[in-house]
Amino acid sequence: MAQDTASTAADVPDAVEHAVTAPVRGRHWLPFSPWHLVLAPTALVFVLPLVQMVLTSFMDDSEINRFPPRFWPSSLDLGGGGGFGREAAGGYIGLFTQTPVLRWLLNSLVVSTVGVVAHLVLCSLAGYGFARLRFHGRQLGFFLIVGTVMIPTQLLLVPTYVMFARLGLVDTIAAAFVPWLASAFGIFLMRQFFLSLPSELEDAARIDGCSTFGVFWRIVLPLARPALATLTIFTLLGAWNDLVWPLIAINDEDAYTIQRGLADFQGTRRTQWSLLMSGNVVATMPLIVAFLLAQRQFVATMTFSGLKG
Amino acid sequence: MATATAPPRRAKARRRVLGDLTGWGFAGPATVVVLGLSVFPALWALRISRQRWNGIAPPRELGWANYERMLDDPDLFAAVQHTVVFSALFVPLSLLLGLLLAVALNQPIRFVGLYRTCIFVPFVASAAATGILASFVFNPQFGIVNAGLRSVALPPQQFLESTSQVVPVLVVISLWGSVGFTVVVYLAALQDIPRDLTEAALVDGANRRQVFRYVTVPQLRPVTVFTAVWQTITALQLFDLVYTTTRGGPLGASQTVVYYVYYQFRELQRYGYASAVSYGLFLVTMLVTLGMVLYARRRGLEAF
Repeated sequence: MAQDTASTAADVPDAVEHAVTAPVRGRHWLPFSPWHLVLAPTALVFVLPLVQMVLTSFMDDSEINRFPPRFWPSSLDLGGGGGFGREAAGGYIGLFTQTPVLRWLLNSLVVSTVGVVAHLVLCSLAGYGFARLRFHGRQLGFFLIVGTVMIPTQLLLVPTYVMFARLGLVDTIAAAFVPWLASAFGIFLMRQFFLSLPSELEDAARIDGCSTFGVFWRIVLPLARPALATLTIFTLLGAWNDLVWPLIAINDEDAYTIQRGLADFQGTRRTQWSLLMSGNVVATMPLIVAFLLAQRQFVATMTFSGLKG
Repeated sequence: MATATAPPRRAKARRRVLGDLTGWGFAGPATVVVLGLSVFPALWALRISRQRWNGIAPPRELGWANYERMLDDPDLFAAVQHTVVFSALFVPLSLLLGLLLAVALNQPIRFVGLYRTCIFVPFVASAAATGILASFVFNPQFGIVNAGLRSVALPPQQFLESTSQVVPVLVVISLWGSVGFTVVVYLAALQDIPRDLTEAALVDGANRRQVFRYVTVPQLRPVTVFTAVWQTITALQLFDLVYTTTRGGPLGASQTVVYYVYYQFRELQRYGYASAVSYGLFLVTMLVTLGMVLYARRRGLEAF
């Protein structure tokens, strides 16, 4: 496509590169860039399962089990209107009336909120302390914290469970949020950010009589928004999607997080696909919407952390 | 006033105590939480790993017997095999796919923002959701993958229900959920390569392929080493996805080391043996990581 070449050329700021590469580009055997042949199918493979997840959540089970399989639902089915011979257990109505999914979503919301707020408070305080304040044990403390990133989660399963049991946290939602109160990654991220700020502002505020906490609260924290955004997303993704801790420490259905509940569905409702898929949708959509709204911050977070079991 | 007349040394000491209090006031709570949930339990796990304990009865000290038992445990050996196969497939593929997609997404072409969004979105899906979705998509009867195979006249497959296919299918599912990470890392690295470098090579008469091979790829080596180490650590600890798809099946064919730890811990209440196996994996992971870093160093790459 002529337009395509034109826009490409316009995107290359340097005339030299354009001049050199122009002959290569002239040999186009396609009306569009061949990179589309890589990207278009790949992008499709990545979103298609999610699209099918949403579509399937609107089908009823008899339609899902039909052969050959269907991709599009024949009608928008919320799972309530079972006609003759229809299994009315699937879909959203089944999900919300027959399972405690609402409770689980609420639990997950509490867990994520507590995790995010605690992370923001504790990690920014600690990050500031390690970056700017001088006190005994500062270097040892920071060294130990950074060292903990080498300790894998699996090593902690047994003792953490025993610890939670002794503290009475088992079967409470606290077992799901306690591991997300603070993290080495969060402290490290905030410290690096505070180190990158020029200290003149803080010095000036101090001379004007501001206390240490006042400097932190009024001067530094408002500047730390980008780092706090990254930290929020990191914690939100981690706490909302966490499976291991709820799996180990929560066996009471009332205290399940949504992920723990979904994992349970996998065993108990194996064939109720429309219910499973609508459960998947309600568990995943909040994050997908957040991702679409704040893609830039999400990508920044992905670059920093490699978190994903 | 006492403070005014106090000798300067005492005033200094007092200021230092005050400084320590302020410092730990800031850093203390998070430090306690982080160390209390990592270093403390890790040391405790070391102790438990030398015991026979089911969590209820009083523990019995065994010395290193749990570790000796690991050497003679065929189920653990099988779990190690599955984990190694998974990692050996997952790590190189995630790097290659990440690099390819990052290069493609770095082109000044249309729809690139849309493509990027599509490729990154699965990253936010949880392991539980991914597991359920994958069981559906790869379902032998009505899954869309088999529908695709049938439509091009290929025989349908058993996928997660086949002992020989389950690990490769888990690799595919993991790639779907996590390739966004390697793409992001490579994309950032590609954009960090100074333009002058590639332009100079082009001016010197190199074609685009040569520029990629001799300029771009060498520039990406440090980030490749880093990502390879990171992905290896992640792959060796595969658990969530196994739990939410196959729970180790069929016939234990997808049991990974961490799943085995979980199984020994939760199903058999063997707290001591589970801890010993997780320590074993921890040591192996450290050795592998160290080996990769040293290998990179010897080849003159500073990735850390």
